Amino acid sequence: MKIVVLVKHVPDAASDRSFAADLTVDRAAVDSRISELDEYAVEQALQVVEKAGEGEITFLTMGPADAGDALRKALSMGGDAGVHVVDDGLHGSDALATSLVLAEALKKLEWDLVVCGMSSTDAWMSVVPAMLAERLGVPGLTLAGELTVEGTTVTIRRDGDDASTTVVGSLPALVSVTDQTGEARYPSFKGIMAAKKKPVTTYTLADLGIDAAAVGLGGAWSSVESATKRPPRAAGVVVTDEGDGGVKLAEFLATGKFI
Amino acid sequence: MTEILVLVDHVDGAVRKPTLELLTIARRLGEPSAVFLGSGVANATETLGKYGAAKVYVVDAPEIDGFLVAPKAEALAAVAAQASPGAILVTAHSEGKEIAARVAVRLGSGIITDAVDVDANGVASQSVFAGSFLVTAKVTHGTPVIAVKPNAAAPEEAPAAAAVENVTVAFSDAAKGAKVTAVAPRAKSGRPELTEAAIVVSGGRGVGSTEGFAVIEALADSLGAAVGASRAATDAGWYPHAFQVGQTGKTVSPQLYIANGISGAIQHRAGMQTSKTIVAVNKDAEAPIFELVDYGVVGDLFAVVPQLTDEIGKRKA
Ligand SMILES: Cc1cc2nc3c(=O)[nH]c(=O)nc-3n(C[C@H](O)[C@H](O)[C@H](O)COP(=O)(O)OP(=O)(O)OC[C@H]3O[C@@H](n4cnc5c(N)ncnc54)[C@H](O)[C@@H]3O)c2cc1C
Ligand SMILES: Nc1ncnc2c1ncn2[C@@H]1O[C@H](COP(=O)(O)O)[C@@H](O)[C@H]1O
Repeated sequence: MKIVVLVKHVPDAASDRSFAADLTVDRAAVDSRISELDEYAVEQALQVVEKAGEGEITFLTMGPADAGDALRKALSMGGDAGVHVVDDGLHGSDALATSLVLAEALKKLEWDLVVCGMSSTDAWMSVVPAMLAERLGVPGLTLAGELTVEGTTVTIRRDGDDASTTVVGSLPALVSVTDQTGEARYPSFKGIMAAKKKPVTTYTLADLGIDAAAVGLGGAWSSVESATKRPPRAAGVVVTDEGDGGVKLAEFLATGKFI
Repeated sequence: MTEILVLVDHVDGAVRKPTLELLTIARRLGEPSAVFLGSGVANATETLGKYGAAKVYVVDAPEIDGFLVAPKAEALAAVAAQASPGAILVTAHSEGKEIAARVAVRLGSGIITDAVDVDANGVASQSVFAGSFLVTAKVTHGTPVIAVKPNAAAPEEAPAAAAVENVTVAFSDAAKGAKVTAVAPRAKSGRPELTEAAIVVSGGRGVGSTEGFAVIEALADSLGAAVGASRAATDAGWYPHAFQVGQTGKTVSPQLYIANGISGAIQHRAGMQTSKTIVAVNKDAEAPIFELVDYGVVGDLFAVVPQLTDEIGKRKA
């Protein structure tokens, strides 16, 4: 079985994120890492291959040169190869352009299953997997809290607000997995060393036959008009409980007409 | 007037409140038409008309609920192809965003997700980077597809005809790839819906156990509130994942949020920091949640919370 896992390199959520002058995410100013939620995708792909006893895993990312770090991190957890779509023309791409580029890259690769994270931890859109399934015309089994692959059948459990549903599809298929699927493994020292030797192929827009006008800031179909830092919340009152904390709190709630 | 499509979020025709918010927002942009997918429209037309839907397009086919998302997207795209709307609004929950994503690809349109407001010019506001920035954005290509968060507007009545128009859709094979084979409904708690509640009372790792949540539930019930939980509490299995507040759970924006035994990690804050009033009980005075609060109590939640619940009971009596 051949699996492609999509991993994105994102500004660390714990760092002070901001916008650049062109209102794109300022990726230069902060530390970046593999999107934490994509580690769950890596983990699930590794488990599918381990259970099947065979299989090949390729990691795919689209992003600037240092996005290669996300591939190395994934490769240190396991898997076989990386593919990096990198081109200056991609700067400022929106979700539609990103999904177009990733779909074209996937068309050049061989796979039975594509595994995505549930959301990137910078944009939090959770739309790229659905867009990819739509573009590729394969079953989209998204937001899996649990994933199993047996033969050519993919089964997921999807936890909705009102119900938990079981969804079944056949390979080739695309899945996205949530952080409910279980913690991702830590790379071992051996894994980190091995990752350095695993092959990473790069593609440019020209390699994928994509017109540069269709992607990047110029090709974006939505535009950010302004970005304003929210003023910090005004400091509130903090009291220490001296046996009457609950009563004091009730008093505060009464003043606010909550009770 | 330009027609604006609003995708109806419903359970067997019972329309969810965020849809009424979308109809209200749609009136700023043009004339709202509701798009109702699945069965039960007879239960919905009155409400949809009351909140301004001139038309109600209905696609009632077994594919709608028999498969994941894709048929709904095809149905909405088919209605859009017929109506040539000025914009399409959907609720920004997980399914709504996926429908919006697929519709945007199908129509070749720009998409904005997680809008917290949309003005008359179609400019959407979004809260990003865990709520630290407010961004405005606009779709510049195609029919704007905008996924709007719950609580983005107060629903306003504006009676309209709600004329039902049935639409037949020929679903593609590709849309029938992810088949729903079992549905296990969740037990109802009887409390208000987490994302719609005016008051949310949450518990975190400090609650310590499943039994500990009884204290949180008692406070919630004394206030008519919904119960929420941090990921630490849901991961530990003390409370169901459906009630998790934060980046990989629900975003809530109630009038009052009470965090108990929650440290206030950035991923949790992202899901609650637009709450109007924030209260926290935590025994660690250094917990980051106190940076957000209007009122905080440094203390043991097992002492403070029951006392608060009692006091609320007394004041009500
Ligand atoms: C990709 C990703 C996504 C995530 N998504 C979410 C999400 O959606 N939602 C979410 O909540 N988290 C999320 N997290 C986890 C988040 O980073 C924190 O780990 C989590 O929010 C911590 O939960 P907590 O505050 O309950 O626990 P802790 O951080 O352990 O805090 C517990 C607090 O309880 C206090 N306490 C203990 N006992 C008592 C007592 N008796 N009385 C009063 N106070 C007490 C302690 O002082 C402490 O401050 C995510 C993390 C990642 C990496
Ligand atoms: N630039 C990218 N490179 C690789 N994978 C991506 C990229 N953008 C999004 N993805 C994948 O799509 C998922 C959802 O992303 P998003 O829709 O941006 O929230 C992520 O978890 C990744 O698996």
